[in-house]
Amino acid sequence: MASVTLNRINKVFGRDHIIKDVDLAIGDGEFVVFVGPSGCGKSTLLRLIAGLESISDGELAIGDTVVNDLPPRERGVGMVFQSYALYPHMTVYENMAFGLKLAKESQETIEERVMATARILQLEELLHRKPKALSGGQRQRVAMGRAMAREPRILLFDEPLSNLDASLRVQMRNEIARLHNRLGSTMIYVTHDQVEAMTLADKIVVLNGGRVEQVGSPHELYQRPLTRFVAGFIGSPTMNFLPATLVTGDADGCRVRTAGIGELALPQDASGRRADEALTLGVRPEHLRLAEASGDNAFEIVNVEYLGNEVYVYLEPRDGDTLLIHRSEAPSRWQEGQRVALVPDPEHLHLFDTAGHALPARPRRAAA
Amino acid sequence: MNRYQLTKLAKRVGFYALIAVVLVYAIFPFYYAVITSLKPSSELFTVSYWLDSLDLSNYVTIFSEGSFVRAILNSVIVSLSVVFIALLLGITASYALGRVRFRGRGTVMLVILGVSMFPQVAVLSGLFEVIRGLGLYNNPAGLILSYTIFTLPFTVWVLTTFMKQLPMELEEAAIMDGATPWVTITRVFLPLMWPAMATTGLLAFIAAWNEFLFALTFTLTDDQRTVPVAIALISGGSQHELPWGPIMAASVTVTVPLVVLVMIFQKRIVSGLTAGAVKG
Repeated sequence: MASVTLNRINKVFGRDHIIKDVDLAIGDGEFVVFVGPSGCGKSTLLRLIAGLESISDGELAIGDTVVNDLPPRERGVGMVFQSYALYPHMTVYENMAFGLKLAKESQETIEERVMATARILQLEELLHRKPKALSGGQRQRVAMGRAMAREPRILLFDEPLSNLDASLRVQMRNEIARLHNRLGSTMIYVTHDQVEAMTLADKIVVLNGGRVEQVGSPHELYQRPLTRFVAGFIGSPTMNFLPATLVTGDADGCRVRTAGIGELALPQDASGRRADEALTLGVRPEHLRLAEASGDNAFEIVNVEYLGNEVYVYLEPRDGDTLLIHRSEAPSRWQEGQRVALVPDPEHLHLFDTAGHALPARPRRAAA
Repeated sequence: MNRYQLTKLAKRVGFYALIAVVLVYAIFPFYYAVITSLKPSSELFTVSYWLDSLDLSNYVTIFSEGSFVRAILNSVIVSLSVVFIALLLGITASYALGRVRFRGRGTVMLVILGVSMFPQVAVLSGLFEVIRGLGLYNNPAGLILSYTIFTLPFTVWVLTTFMKQLPMELEEAAIMDGATPWVTITRVFLPLMWPAMATTGLLAFIAAWNEFLFALTFTLTDDQRTVPVAIALISGGSQHELPWGPIMAASVTVTVPLVVLVMIFQKRIVSGLTAGAVKG
C-alpha cells in the first residue's frame, strides 16, 4: 500500500502531446477513478504509472521513491487489463502463480498467496480450469487475482468492466467496491463510464485532452463542477445548457437574462465582468421545475419518456434547437404538446463563461 | 426415374469420376515406385500394375550397403538441425520484427522476403566460396548452414505474422508479472505458437530432407552425403545398368517418414497456414 504522486507529468508520442502537465496526489488506500471521453489520455496516464510507457517529462513517485526509471516489476504495481489478457495455456492457479514464480518465491509462499487470493475472489473451485472454460465474470476475477497475488502496493484497472454485459457489470462493480473496502489498498481505475466513476471513486479525476479538468469527490464534481466540460460529463441525463447574458453583477451575486426564462438573480460572483457578457446557464434535469404557461416565452413539450420510477420530459425552446430535459419522479402530469414555463431554482444553477470556466458561487445561506 | 433424379445421379457420377482422375494422377507415380521396389530385378521390365508376389530383396540390398544407412543418418542430423536452428532464430527474430517498434522494420522484412526469391543456382557459386572459406566443405555443417539460409525467410515471415496476432495486452500482462523478453517468448508466446511452429518446422524439414543441388555440390565423399544424393548415385553392376529396384526401394524408404509426419501434423499445418486469414 502506498501513495502516488504525479508532478508535472508529460507524455509525448512523436508529435502528439498526449498528457500535459498533470499534477496529482493520490493518498494511501484511496480509490481514484480516471474518467473522460475516449482519447483524453486516461489510459495513457495509467500506463505511465504502471511503467508500460515511459514518462517524457515530470516526476512520478510511489510512496517515497521516484519510479520514473524503474521497470514495472520493481514498482510494486499490479494491473487488470480490459481484455483480461489471461495466459490461455495456463490454469487459473498457474495464471495467478506466474508472477510469484518469476519473483522466485518459494513453493509454499506461492501456494499460500494464491490460495489466499483465490479465497477472497471465490476462485477456489476454478483453480484447475483453463481460461477458455470460464465465464466473463470469472475471467475478470482471475485477472484481478493475478494482479493481486503478488501483493502489489497499488492496483491498476484499465476499463476492466467494459467487456461484460450490463447486469454482470453492475455485479462486478459491486465486487470491486467491496474488494477495496476489504483490502484497503490504493486503487487507480480507468473508465469512460461516469456511472462507474461516481459509484466507485473516493476521488474522481476528470481528464480532457490530456489535461486534468477537475479533481474531487463524486459529490463535489456533481454539485460544483469547475468547468462546463465537467458539468456536461458528470450526470445522466446530462446537464441542460442555455445561452444567457449578464445584466449586472458584483462579488455578491448577479442578474442574468435568458431567452425563454427572463431575468434571474443568481448567487454567483460576477465581479470584474462587464455587462452584456455572454454566459452559459447550466441546470440539471432534476432542478428544472415546470409550470403551465401560454405566453410567448413558453416551451413546448415534445416527448415524454416514462422509465417506471421517473419521467424524462423533453422541451423545445421557441427559437432554439437543443432540447432541454426535465426529470421528475413518476407519475408525471405533463403530456406531449403542452406548453410550459421554466421555473429554475437559483440555488441549483451554474454559470459558465465563454472559456468554459464556472463562475464561483457565493457560499449558500445555510453556511452563512 | 424422372429427369431431376437423373441429372442428380449424373452429377454425382461425374463428381466421383473427377476425384478418381485427380487421385490417379497424383498417386500413380508414387504407387508405381512402391510396386517397383517390391519386385525382383528380373521382373522390372515387364509392365504390370499389380504386385504378384512380395520381394524384399531390393530393400535388403540398400540396407546392406553401409553408405545408404550413413546417408539417412546424415539427412536426419542435417534436417533436424536446420529445423531447430531455423525455429530458434525464427522465433527470436519474429519477436523483434513483430513486437519491437524500430526504424526500418518494414525494410528488414522486405529484404528477408527478397532474399528468398533468389533461385538456388544463383547463389550456388557464392555460397560455395563461403563454405570453402569457413572450412565446411564436405561437412554436414555446410549443408545445415546453406539450408538454413533458404528456410529462414519463410520461417521468419510466418512466425512474425503469427506473433503480430497475439494480443499486445498478453505481453504487457507478462511484463507486469515481471517477465523479461526471453521469459515472455519461451513461457507465454511459445506455448501459443505451436501450430505455426509445427507448420514452419515441418516445411523446413521437408525442404532440407529433399534438397539435392547443394547436397551434391557441397559434399564429396560417401560418408558425408545426404539421402537424395546417395539415391542418385546408387550404381548397378555395370556402367550400363541402372538399378531401378534399389533406387525405388531407397526412394520409398525416405519418403515414408515424410508422409507419416505430414499425416500427424496435417491439422496443424492447415491451421498454421491459414492463421491470420480470418479473425478468430
